[in-house]
Amino acid sequence: MSSAAPALAPTPAIPLPASGQLTKKALTADHPTWCPGCGDFAVLAAFYRVLEKLNYPHQNIVTMAGIGCSSRFPYFVNTHGGHFIHGRALPFAAGISLGRDDLHVFVFGGDGDGFSIGGNHLVHTARKNVRITYVIMDNSVYGLTKKQTSPTSPLGFKTKTDPTGAIDQPINPMRTLLNTGASFVARSHATQVNHMIDMMLRAAKHDGFSVVEILSECVEFYEGAFDAANPRKGGSWKLIEEKKSDGTPEDEQRHDVTDEVAAFKLATLAWPGAFGVFYENKKRPTKNALEADLIVKAKERTKNASDLALLQATFAKLR
Amino acid sequence: MVSPNTPETQGGISAVNGRPPRSIQDVVIRLAGNSQDGIQAVGGFLARLAGRSDQDVMTYMTIPSTISGGPSIFQVRIGTGDILSAGDRADMLVALYQHSYDAHIGSLRPGGVLVYDTDHVKPNPDDNRFTNVPVPITTATVEAVGGTAKDKGKNIFILGLIARVFDLDVAKLTALIKERFGGKTEDVVRNAMLGFDAGYAWPQNNLRDLFYRFEAADRPTSTTSHPQVTMDGNTALAFGLITAGVRHGAGYPITPWSSIMETLRSEFPKYGGVFVQCEDEIAAVSTAIGFSYSGRLAITGSSGPGLSLKMEALGWATMAEMPLIVVNVQRGGPSTGMPTNVEQSDLMQAIYGSHGDAPRVVLAPKNVEDCFYVAIEAARIARTYSTPVLILTDMALASRIEAFDQPDLPKLMVDPAPDLSERDADFKPYPLDRITRHAPPGTKMGSGKYPTVTGLEHDELGHPTGSPKLHLQMTAKRREKIKALGASLPAPELSGDSAGEVLLVTWGSSWGPGREAVVRVRKAGVKAGHLHFRHLHPLPNGLEEMLTRYHKIVVAELNDEGLYGFGQFAMMLRARYANPNIVSVTKTDGLTFKVSEIVAGIAKHIESTQLDASVGVTAQSPLALQR
Ligand SMILES: Cc1ncc(C[n+]2csc(CCOP(=O)(O)OP(=O)(O)O)c2C)c(N)n1
Ligand code: SF4
Ligand SMILES: [Mg+2]
Repeated sequence: MSSAAPALAPTPAIPLPASGQLTKKALTADHPTWCPGCGDFAVLAAFYRVLEKLNYPHQNIVTMAGIGCSSRFPYFVNTHGGHFIHGRALPFAAGISLGRDDLHVFVFGGDGDGFSIGGNHLVHTARKNVRITYVIMDNSVYGLTKKQTSPTSPLGFKTKTDPTGAIDQPINPMRTLLNTGASFVARSHATQVNHMIDMMLRAAKHDGFSVVEILSECVEFYEGAFDAANPRKGGSWKLIEEKKSDGTPEDEQRHDVTDEVAAFKLATLAWPGAFGVFYENKKRPTKNALEADLIVKAKERTKNASDLALLQATFAKLR
Repeated sequence: MVSPNTPETQGGISAVNGRPPRSIQDVVIRLAGNSQDGIQAVGGFLARLAGRSDQDVMTYMTIPSTISGGPSIFQVRIGTGDILSAGDRADMLVALYQHSYDAHIGSLRPGGVLVYDTDHVKPNPDDNRFTNVPVPITTATVEAVGGTAKDKGKNIFILGLIARVFDLDVAKLTALIKERFGGKTEDVVRNAMLGFDAGYAWPQNNLRDLFYRFEAADRPTSTTSHPQVTMDGNTALAFGLITAGVRHGAGYPITPWSSIMETLRSEFPKYGGVFVQCEDEIAAVSTAIGFSYSGRLAITGSSGPGLSLKMEALGWATMAEMPLIVVNVQRGGPSTGMPTNVEQSDLMQAIYGSHGDAPRVVLAPKNVEDCFYVAIEAARIARTYSTPVLILTDMALASRIEAFDQPDLPKLMVDPAPDLSERDADFKPYPLDRITRHAPPGTKMGSGKYPTVTGLEHDELGHPTGSPKLHLQMTAKRREKIKALGASLPAPELSGDSAGEVLLVTWGSSWGPGREAVVRVRKAGVKAGHLHFRHLHPLPNGLEEMLTRYHKIVVAELNDEGLYGFGQFAMMLRARYANPNIVSVTKTDGLTFKVSEIVAGIAKHIESTQLDASVGVTAQSPLALQR
């Protein structure tokens, strides 16, 4: 073959409901068990709106999570879904996504779940570009286990495991995510409901591994963690302005979401940094498509023989 | 010069030096060299030839963990009856190097035949126990093949030599060689044939006096009417899974599990499936459970240390009641241990290696053929009982080649389509009065309520609960379904005397030497039975009475006697039956049991006067040459 990029069939589109509109009422399940005031409520409310807008067939939505306060999410959403083990929801979701191309798979989890125990899975699920939408609810602390240092806890933050203040350098989530090779990386804030909806919608529509980090305050163990980005608390809300390619001089200054280096620069801005889409790569094939292509090619080679005929032919060779 | 590829010799020769071949029933040939000598290939050819003839075959091989440039052996036992074990001692040893000679001469039976490469080996001149056959294997190969191939065709030269000595079917063998090298250039096939012919026609010395033929098979026609297939245990297991309708899986490489994942990675796409190579074993088991949840019963697997990494997720699969197949190809442990040797020391890990009360299903195949069928049974149990099922195979089965009757594929094939039909309004993922049947995503729920699968204790709808009553009920639900499986299992295979002095118990790959040991023990006049377990957890019901019919129950397994003097399965049986007559024969030298080792172990336990050590060392074949 001459061209480097494999010619792939597009990943099959997820079917839309023949009729009817998904409503918040239909999507509501158990009453959330989070502490009153927890940022995660707002993420949940935004997610209902996202699902209403996407209006996928109800039975084709899957909501998965690992373990943590934030990972309780699937119990509060009335879709197929589950609550897996700590840090491993991504490989589980990869199995769902690669097993069934008719499903839309959402994964929710915390900063510990995603960046600590699940850190390596994040890297590899992103590298493989498995079609999954992943929302990390970052509260910079371990909530469920009651205030231990998390990989995003800032230096000096006092926890039960760092009573004199955190001494290990935290990771920079945006830089980490960009480094994984995730093909869609965005950042939002739980006090900005419309922005969250917008980011999650774009992530869901992205054909590949998309991840949105949402700063979501733990009122119980890290009050005010993200006030610096909350105008109502005196903070500054810096939105990323994306390039419009309208030829105007202002456009020069806007962010090109396909430019990885520019995305890294945005990721290195001083706290609290910028919000919006950092990076989007629509060209990388998904693992779903690459695997589907392997199947198509294998079936071509075997001239679409039935499973039984194939197996019989193999056994004949083993005689 | 007698060339096998000249028409007049097709199908063998009838006499050598005017003498007809001596008739033999079975023979054990050990080839010892370095791993790059292609010794395994010779073994493979012999195995497949035997598979295409009426002989049974079982091979035994060790692979050095240093992958290349280390010692390598292949032992093949070919015979006309049922071959149960690899053979305790070799009747013929082919030694390519001095180190091969030094390391393996001890495995040659007194009276056996030593073929050695005079270019590299100087045998002990004072050792006159064997018939020594000196052959300049290296120079002869170089001369025969010529060109740039150097000594590359040594293995095929040896194959030719063996073919002549044992009057093997040359037409079939050359067809196999051509098939094997068919994809390569003509030169390769030509060189192989040159090497083969040279070995077959090697004229010198006393080699011409060695001439044997296998007795005609005395077997019921029903078993010979099926064509035979020849493969190793890992291949059999992989194709068993495909037959069982498994099309999805995930894994991480580790010896000796890797070849299963390699086979599945290239086979699954042909069947519309996917096998994912993951970043580690935790991701692999998680991905596999994700497949299963999506309605695609999946397989993951590993060896010892990798199985340990999967344990947390396996606990989840038990709690969430997710069907799953986990293959563990056992090797010597703990840790990296003896990665290319055999052991049966992961039994406790397989049964109990998790947190919490997590009853699981553990099966073990007894031979290569059973690797195929155990995969089918594992899939059936996983689906029927919505539970993870572990298959405990081992290094010996993984790499051993055996021939067996081709399975009835049309009858066995399972359709893998998930059930996505709409579920009734009263659907519950975890009903207390029935076995869980998950509704995979994509399934419409009549009630409008969608199920959650979870590792938290839950109510019938899958919602988390802290209720002690529900935890009791759900624990019982998970336990009772496995007990129900136990009640449905057939009694384990009993052979020999149904009561008597001793009952030998084996599991997994120790079946063959165990069976053969009991045959020998009974020949020596001891009333003995052999009970072999394929279902290790849950155990089949109704064995208490059977165990009381013998004075001693000797459990032979490849693991350590532990702190209390019992192997792992013996511990299980003692706990289950509280029978103090259960004793152990264990070993951890990295090799499968020799029949004589089991016989000696039995003798020690029953303090028999009839059974002395000589029972274990009876000559296996009349190969010895009259001198
Ligand atoms: C294997 C394992 N180790 C540890 C835990 C305990 N644990 C549960 S949640 C959690 C951290 C949660 O933090 P995060 O992921 O940030 O979620 P949050 O509760 O803050 O939303 C830990 C350590 C566990 N459940 N499993
Ligand atoms: S502990 Fe923190 S993260 Fe957990 S529910 Fe309460 S506020 Fe939310
Ligand atoms: Mg957290």
